[in-house]
Amino acid sequence: MEKLKGSIAIIKCLQEEGVKTIFGFPGGAVIDLYDDLFDSEIKHVLVRHEQGAVHAADGLARVTGEVGVALLTSGPGATNGVTAIATAYMDSIPMVILTGQVPTPLIGNDAFQEVDIVGITRPCTKHNYLVSKAEDLVPTIREAFHIARTGRPGPVLIDLPKDIVASMVDFDEKKPIRMQTYQPTYEPHMGQIEKACKEILKAKQPVLYVGGGVILSNANEELTELATKMNIPVTMTLMGLGGFPGRNELSMGMLGMHGSYTANMAVAKSDLLIAVGARFDDRVTGRVDAFAPHARIIHIDIDPTSISKNVAVDIPIVADCKHALTAMNSWLASCGHNLEEVGATHTPWIETIAEWTKKHPMAYLDEGEIIKPQYVIEKLDELTGGDAIITTEVGQNQMWAAQFYKFNKPRRLITSGGLGTMGYGLPAAIGAKMAFPDATVVDVAGDGSIQMNIQELATAKQYKCPVKICLLNNNYLGMVRQWQELFYDKRYAATVMEVTPDFVALAEAYGAVGLRATKTSEVENVIKEALSIDNTVLMDFRIAREEGVYPMVPAGKATTEMLLV
Amino acid sequence: MKHTISVLLQNKPGVLSRVTGLFSGRGFNIESLSVAETLESTISCLTLVTSGDNAIIEQITKQLHKLIDVIKVTDISESEYVEREMVLLRVKAEASTRAEVLRVIDIFRGKVVDVSPKSYSVELTGSASKIQAVIDILRPIGIKEIVRTGTIAMARAPKK
Repeated sequence: MEKLKGSIAIIKCLQEEGVKTIFGFPGGAVIDLYDDLFDSEIKHVLVRHEQGAVHAADGLARVTGEVGVALLTSGPGATNGVTAIATAYMDSIPMVILTGQVPTPLIGNDAFQEVDIVGITRPCTKHNYLVSKAEDLVPTIREAFHIARTGRPGPVLIDLPKDIVASMVDFDEKKPIRMQTYQPTYEPHMGQIEKACKEILKAKQPVLYVGGGVILSNANEELTELATKMNIPVTMTLMGLGGFPGRNELSMGMLGMHGSYTANMAVAKSDLLIAVGARFDDRVTGRVDAFAPHARIIHIDIDPTSISKNVAVDIPIVADCKHALTAMNSWLASCGHNLEEVGATHTPWIETIAEWTKKHPMAYLDEGEIIKPQYVIEKLDELTGGDAIITTEVGQNQMWAAQFYKFNKPRRLITSGGLGTMGYGLPAAIGAKMAFPDATVVDVAGDGSIQMNIQELATAKQYKCPVKICLLNNNYLGMVRQWQELFYDKRYAATVMEVTPDFVALAEAYGAVGLRATKTSEVENVIKEALSIDNTVLMDFRIAREEGVYPMVPAGKATTEMLLV
Repeated sequence: MKHTISVLLQNKPGVLSRVTGLFSGRGFNIESLSVAETLESTISCLTLVTSGDNAIIEQITKQLHKLIDVIKVTDISESEYVEREMVLLRVKAEASTRAEVLRVIDIFRGKVVDVSPKSYSVELTGSASKIQAVIDILRPIGIKEIVRTGTIAMARAPKK
């Protein structure tokens, strides 16, 4: 068995796991690790705030499907990362976060920059560790990666006391990990698959309701096969967008609070709802008792706690989405029914759905030269062929991106769905661009959110990471303002951004390029120019200030009670 | 409805707080909780009494099972089981009540474990409802101090 310095062992473990890039910010408790990273082949990206480090690693994880890694120092370094860790936890993103800790003899002494980060992050990590003995260091890191990437993925935090990182530790050969207490179920129960398939054969008005699980398990092809073979319309959650091609005629777009009229009506009238890797979140269901009231429900999820948590399910299938869909496709292929004929029986249902879309398509009012945010997203979609990696901030910008960009492929929409973290988009875009330097990466932003992590423009500049920022600037915290307009008598309490920077000048101050459009006719050229510049570009679109996101289901209402344009 | 859930978990620092944090974070009740090592020093057994409808109990057991350090979760109140709780009571025992206190303790098969001029300290075991009955009877006489362990429970062995 080899003896190595703790910091060297950590670096070797990261390399074993295939980690090429990590994001971080140094400090006293991690200075040994940084000293050895300095000579290693792992690329370290110095962010400007620890939240940015964890979001960037999260962005990298979402576009690649690999484990994202962030390195933070103890105390404030670690606590600054907490929001971003919770963001990854809510969206089930595989990550390992390494935090420095004061030396073991000082733990519990209120030492300088000491905080109980394991205690703080217990409810927002999949699992976490304080490495208290040198011999635990290597096995803990290996176990952390295993937990982060298997089952329902999630962030795992490892707290590393300074003395352990500096001590000599055992480094043995990596063996396959088998944990007595953690064995996620990948393979579906075949009896349940058969039951589910028989329901599918019987259904007259089926709907596929697809969540982020399909993307996490890379099941988009299997899903597309099931949908197209059986002629079943598909709706996606925010996290599921791209799991089924947005331009396919069976796609109804997103469902829920800001979902399409068609998707919400289809779910409400369906007789069979097939939920795949989704979790019946309140933004999707609206009033729970009015959600899919006539439907039998099949629910595929790798996490048993997601099943029957919010909505009672008729046929639960605990499995990896990819495995379950594969099993369903092959059962259906060999069941003896003519699937084309079965699919054809859904024609009246598909026609009803087409009627809904005709009656209430995703739309907005054209106001001439006043820039509509939806138009900006449509143009962005058109000019990038629906193929760019789009990260978003949170709020109206996020919903417009979800509604009007037609995501053709999975891992193209990178957004904080569960936690709704403002300031997510820019660092996540940097992480995504680091993973795919040749891809077009655009952060769709609002003027409120972007200011929460605007400092990462410096990171983008330093690492020549030319992300584009599509800023939908309305001088408001627009989503909250919209609620105030609708439900609080237009009392715009604390939502007017009375002072905002000159974003073009700000971009330039960071060494990026700033472009501005104030008229609709300028939008297309600004996007074209931004896409052609080999530098970070911030496009400041001065949009219709009080434009709202529609359709909208008011909180607590049935999803059929939509406010329309 | 009340449920008694038995949880086997890794005997490591912080594991108990994962369990209690889960309950507080998700708004589940803990009516009593008792935990100690099993025959293997690396594994602890935790007995937890909680209440809720079937959907809540299902969530509780699934969520417990999801914790990485949890080995096994059993809702032992689903079948035949034995439950016990222990209580230590310091009861006022002056000349006029000493005999009465002893009689009550005897009826409930308790033991006097400490004696002072003005009080008896008493040890009693039984189901939670038996413990409650003793308390109700001794309260008018005067209970000066009470410590309860919380329920521990074990499924009955199969009959065959």
